[in-house]
Amino acid sequence: MRHLLTTQDLDRDQLTMLLDTADGMVSLLERDIAKAPTLRGKTVATMFFEPSTRTKLSFDKAAKALSADVMSFTASSSSLTKGESLKDTVLTVQALGVDLMVVRHGATGAPLRVAEWVDVPVVNAGDGAHQHPTQALLDSLTLRQHFGTLDGVKIGIVGDIRHSRVARSNVFAFSTLGADVTLIAPPTLLPVADSEWPVRTTSELDDALTGLDAVYLLRVQSERGGASVFPSLGEYRARFGLTAERFKRLKPDAVVLHPGPMIRGVEIDAVVADDPRALVLQQVTNGVAARMAVLYHLLGGEADV
Amino acid sequence: MSRTTFRNGTVLTAAGPVTADVEVAAGTIVAIGKAGSGGDEVREIDCGGLWVGPGFVDIHTHLREPGHEYKEDTESASRVAAAGGYTSVVAMPNTDPVIDSGHLVRYTIERGREVGLVEVASAGCVTAGRAGEKLAHLDDLWAAGVRLFTDDGDVVADAGLLRRAMDYLAQLGGVLAQHAIDPGLARGGHMHEGPVASGLGMYAIPSAAETVVVARDIELVRLTGCNYHVQHISAAPTVELVAAAKREGLPVTAEVTPHHLAFTDGDVQATDPAFKMMPPLRSAADRAALVAGLQSGVIDAVATDHAPHADHEKDVPFEHAPNGVIGLEWAAAVVNDRVGLDPVRFFEAMSVKPAAIARIANQGHWLATGAPANITAFDPKGVTDVRQSRSKSRNAPYFGRRYAGAVKYTMYAGAMTHEESGVLV
Repeated sequence: MRHLLTTQDLDRDQLTMLLDTADGMVSLLERDIAKAPTLRGKTVATMFFEPSTRTKLSFDKAAKALSADVMSFTASSSSLTKGESLKDTVLTVQALGVDLMVVRHGATGAPLRVAEWVDVPVVNAGDGAHQHPTQALLDSLTLRQHFGTLDGVKIGIVGDIRHSRVARSNVFAFSTLGADVTLIAPPTLLPVADSEWPVRTTSELDDALTGLDAVYLLRVQSERGGASVFPSLGEYRARFGLTAERFKRLKPDAVVLHPGPMIRGVEIDAVVADDPRALVLQQVTNGVAARMAVLYHLLGGEADV
Repeated sequence: MSRTTFRNGTVLTAAGPVTADVEVAAGTIVAIGKAGSGGDEVREIDCGGLWVGPGFVDIHTHLREPGHEYKEDTESASRVAAAGGYTSVVAMPNTDPVIDSGHLVRYTIERGREVGLVEVASAGCVTAGRAGEKLAHLDDLWAAGVRLFTDDGDVVADAGLLRRAMDYLAQLGGVLAQHAIDPGLARGGHMHEGPVASGLGMYAIPSAAETVVVARDIELVRLTGCNYHVQHISAAPTVELVAAAKREGLPVTAEVTPHHLAFTDGDVQATDPAFKMMPPLRSAADRAALVAGLQSGVIDAVATDHAPHADHEKDVPFEHAPNGVIGLEWAAAVVNDRVGLDPVRFFEAMSVKPAAIARIANQGHWLATGAPANITAFDPKGVTDVRQSRSKSRNAPYFGRRYAGAVKYTMYAGAMTHEESGVLV
């Protein structure tokens, strides 16, 4: 594994190894001095061509916990605003001397192109509506911590699947790890042609709800046109929101995940978001551990991942 | 007087292919048959195993002049065209400024004459400024020589405006060529809507974006009687519509590009902008329908949509790259390799039909005594190994691939403009 670009590229052994490593990183992060010298002398560039709070902070924290130096880049403060191309930008950063690039970009495939241009490993931190593989790792880690395994776990992903890189990453990671995935959304938010995806699809949340072990809620992404493909937010909440009332109908041991940021009152009611069975903050904490595992393996940990 | 004899080729005449010699003098075919030994003044070209037919005609070329000469210009495009076996190209009008009045047509044709490697004809805009709001100077364009009218790069979306243009062109005898993509269905899209786009999370363009426009336009052909041409047809249901219109006897024609014959949306998986164009590469089933349509003649012509873009414009993420690929140099080999037409249908699709659609008087004639000496000799068993291009740009999906078939000689107006292509090193 030279780059981490999509979860479709990862087989079950690779995913399992990354999760096992992440388990170790969770333990590391629980120590009094939550820092290891593993990547001392290495430089990680976090390059976010699209706004991000949690993912960028999470990568920064992951790199620093392994003692790597971090160089940060955000599009709004860069020469991109002067007309510099993406290619020139990444080649410039490479020339400064970095050992790995974390790239988020609004265009599908941009990190793949960057990986063609540069000589260092590239981690996709989200490209368009395509992939966000470290999100899938942290979600898989969270579910594995809770259930012990993903084999046979019934997961419903609810919401704007068509425009979601989180959904695309999770569909392949979850099913490769043995979970049983159902996509639940209005027809305009389901992928157009999903016949090659290892999933079932439905537009009836109420029918699917009671069979699920985990409900994975997605944010309604108005910035990707999400708001124009169903009639109103109120109508969305009525049919696809995890309301307090629907939450009561879940299996008693079922859990709720959300990649954040949550829009309370739309896809999730506040009382659900604050329930202990909502694992949202555990996901955030696990994000650091999962990203540490990725950096570790791409920057000279065991080469056989 | 210097003469040239193409000896012993399979010669494409109106009566069908014959094994014969073709003698050329003073820009004209002077004899087809068994030529005598010519003496010192005659250049003899051995055409054993070659198809010798009318020079290819591309009715969809972006010369990029005026305005975008850093991508291509009339000289480089003419060189590329000659190397591809073409003796004529029709310049698309989406230049800067756009070709929406007669003086720009005259400029385009004059630049072609100055270079002198192919006959450059010019298309003209349907709407003023290519803005889709009011008619361009159609009479003025017609008087300057335009026969094919298109807002290529954009559809003429307004049905009322299109109807007026078709009424006008029906009276003149011109052809309305449509870049048939519904802007609402295509909005924001970068590739064909299907499983590949779904996996990539890319905004996509359904086949219906093309089909609904052609369905509507055929209704307007019934209303107006105007000649109507579907540019770069890409979807199987559109091929069905064109077939039905032809059965009905409507004046409807269609062209297909080499890249839609060669590739599918599966090739977009790696998000390489060399595979980005409009309309997008569609499914394998669509590609099969295009191949069958070209074979049967439902799709009349091959047209390249040669659309150069500079490296820095294509060396970006797929979604940020401009649409278009080059292809004049290799079109014949790609068509021969991927479709496998017999020589008659091959020259029909590459020369006779496109010249007829665009009404280019001196082009696309089956070889005959007295016809202008626009001749291409094509080796169907040759190899075209795509490594570099004579174009100023290199935005093409063909690099690193080999295609069966090679253009050996191109003669335009009696002068040899290209010899021995095939392996480009």
